[in-house]
Amino acid sequence: MDLTLTPEEEAFRDEVRAFLDENLPQDANRADPGFVAEWQRKLRAKRWVGFSWPAEVGGGGGSIMQQAILKEEMARRKAPPLGSCFMGLTWVGPAIIAYGSEEQKQRFIPDILDGAYQWCTGYSEPDHGSDLGALQCKAVREGDEYVVNGQKIWTSIAMWSKWIILLVRTSQHADDKHQGITCLLVPMDTPGITVRPIKNMAGGAMFAEVFFDDVRVPVELRLGAEGEGWKVTITALAHERSGIAEVESLTRNLEALKRLAQKTTRGGRPASEDPGVRARIARFETRIQAMRMNGLRYLTKQLRGEPLGSETSVSKLLRAQLEVEMGDFAVEIQGAAGPLVEGAEAAADGGRWQKMALSWPEVVIGGGTPNIQKNIIAERILGLPKD
Amino acid sequence: MDFGFTEEQELLRSEVRKYLDAKCPLEQVRAISEAEGGAGFSPELWKEIAELGWLGLCVPEVHGGAGLGQVDLVVLLEETGRSLFPSPLLATSLAVAALREAGSEEQQARWLPSLADGTAIGSPALQEDADPPTPERVSLVGTPDGDGFVLRGEKRFVPDAGAATLFVVPFRAGSELALAVVERDAAGVSLEAWPGMDLTKRLGRLVLDGVRVGPDAVLAERGDAVFERIVDRATAGLTAEIVGAADGAVVLTAEYAKDRIQFGSPIGRYQGVKHPLAEMYVDVESSKSLLYYAAWALDESPAEAPRYVSMAKAYASEAFARIGIDAVQLHGAVGYTWEFDAHLYLKRSKWARPMYGDSDFHYERVAALGGL
Repeated sequence: MDLTLTPEEEAFRDEVRAFLDENLPQDANRADPGFVAEWQRKLRAKRWVGFSWPAEVGGGGGSIMQQAILKEEMARRKAPPLGSCFMGLTWVGPAIIAYGSEEQKQRFIPDILDGAYQWCTGYSEPDHGSDLGALQCKAVREGDEYVVNGQKIWTSIAMWSKWIILLVRTSQHADDKHQGITCLLVPMDTPGITVRPIKNMAGGAMFAEVFFDDVRVPVELRLGAEGEGWKVTITALAHERSGIAEVESLTRNLEALKRLAQKTTRGGRPASEDPGVRARIARFETRIQAMRMNGLRYLTKQLRGEPLGSETSVSKLLRAQLEVEMGDFAVEIQGAAGPLVEGAEAAADGGRWQKMALSWPEVVIGGGTPNIQKNIIAERILGLPKD
Repeated sequence: MDFGFTEEQELLRSEVRKYLDAKCPLEQVRAISEAEGGAGFSPELWKEIAELGWLGLCVPEVHGGAGLGQVDLVVLLEETGRSLFPSPLLATSLAVAALREAGSEEQQARWLPSLADGTAIGSPALQEDADPPTPERVSLVGTPDGDGFVLRGEKRFVPDAGAATLFVVPFRAGSELALAVVERDAAGVSLEAWPGMDLTKRLGRLVLDGVRVGPDAVLAERGDAVFERIVDRATAGLTAEIVGAADGAVVLTAEYAKDRIQFGSPIGRYQGVKHPLAEMYVDVESSKSLLYYAAWALDESPAEAPRYVSMAKAYASEAFARIGIDAVQLHGAVGYTWEFDAHLYLKRSKWARPMYGDSDFHYERVAALGGL
């Protein structure tokens, strides 16, 4: 056990820090499109976009440990994301690298790395959210084309995407629902596709319903073999999965929460002097550290070449609980000002906590609800019988 | 960066587990701890584990031990915790830690060999009342007497008071806090073992009625800081037993949930049972991670050790208390019986929660160390 970095790891960390010192000034306007575009160009030149991908396809070929260091340092400085095509980098790219034809790789991977346009993911359906494997959006082969009919929902950024990676059912199998699922890559401007944004409880619209009405997709846009779609989409490359970047963002929120407690008064004294408030903040801090230490243990497993199983469900569950509870607590300690939002004179920190208290479902529900994570932990780790 | 155990540590873990599974399964735990008038441990097993090197694990090699560190000790104590092994092993290893922190070479040479070979049983007598041990709460006075001191007063909540033969005793020497080694057979020492809910863990009272300690028995007088380091090591050791026992409770309950059939199906299929078990598992995982980091920091990064020790103890003892209750509850009515084992873990959690500070105490320390 040695929690310090090796000289090589330290050298890489210093390289990342030097890059950040040079290219991300303290007062950089992270909302300025010009700044962000320039930032992404510089990251791309360093091959830090798609850092975990093999060098042959244009990735960075970074080791697991380097990925962790890069993400942690970036998150610590609140840097803009590593690459601007989030869904492409997370879902589409890894699947194409693993299952795509040579032509598909050449056609899509460089654009994903450059962030040339956005991708969205057509997975969930109105009747098949947590039970994704039972999806019913149908594709029928007609000559050199698939004809798609059905509906997807909770499709993040569908209205701004040029392409969608789509899971469709090409055949029915009573014994194994995962059979008969096929993966298609579809241009969003194909006739027959309709996008209807869904307003969320925070008032924004990040996700949408997507309808498919006799949408014709050429066979060469199928990713992997027919019926292989489930396997295609659960592909994970040798990704760093410690959750270290999420820990950094929670840590930043925790520090802000401490400052909020110091400037908020309760009974005429700073809330940070109240034993109950102190205990609750210390609990958050401890749980964030637990998440970090869990992540480091999983990272070590990966580095030692041991298979990583359902451990990420542990990280996801802890993060979900922290996101919900921290936002809620921050609003609670503001007393009567708690319900006020940006624009109200008495709203603390420009209403950031109220946003957090209303936007957690994005990370808590997205990618599997806490109850689904608990099922996974109980069944795959503790060996309890399946539901 | 490597946050995992070495091959040697994994080997130690599997050897300890193998031994305890064979020699001290839960029936044996019960036989030893329920024995009428017993001291709460088996002298035969004590001799064997001394020969296996468990007692001298952290005793320097020159004094007859293996010279290993806090992380190795955590591996051992996790396993004794998992087995609810009734013995003064934890207390003895904490006395070893205290002697290593505070004792001179001569003092270590005098006491460590007998602690390592099991002929002596050690115990840190750090508390005088039910509050967590802090330097401010040490009030037992040592009156100067020639080149030594005379101690008068009492220590309470002393682990294994009935079995231990050698105590590490903090006292007030003027405005300073000092520590002394007091042996059981010294004139003026009397002991009282208290009954408790957890039969596998014993507490009691050490009365010092004018006990003289010579200068050779006064551990280097380094005051408050050394006391806090001793308490941190004790807390980490205790937390290792907590984490192991909590893990044991989760395994026991998960196995029961796979076997017990109700409504035509193993109860572990129902989410009302499955989800609490998943939460218990996550709590144990997180406790382990915090504990391992704290143990590593105690030896390798002392400045951050207090914060992580407190996080580990706060989180683990709170989680274990919940796990103890849930383990009984998920067993249903049989969980309430003496015959089923679930209550053994519940009782252990009650013993462990207040020791060296409960969650309230440690979370407050985390808050203060975190700048609040």
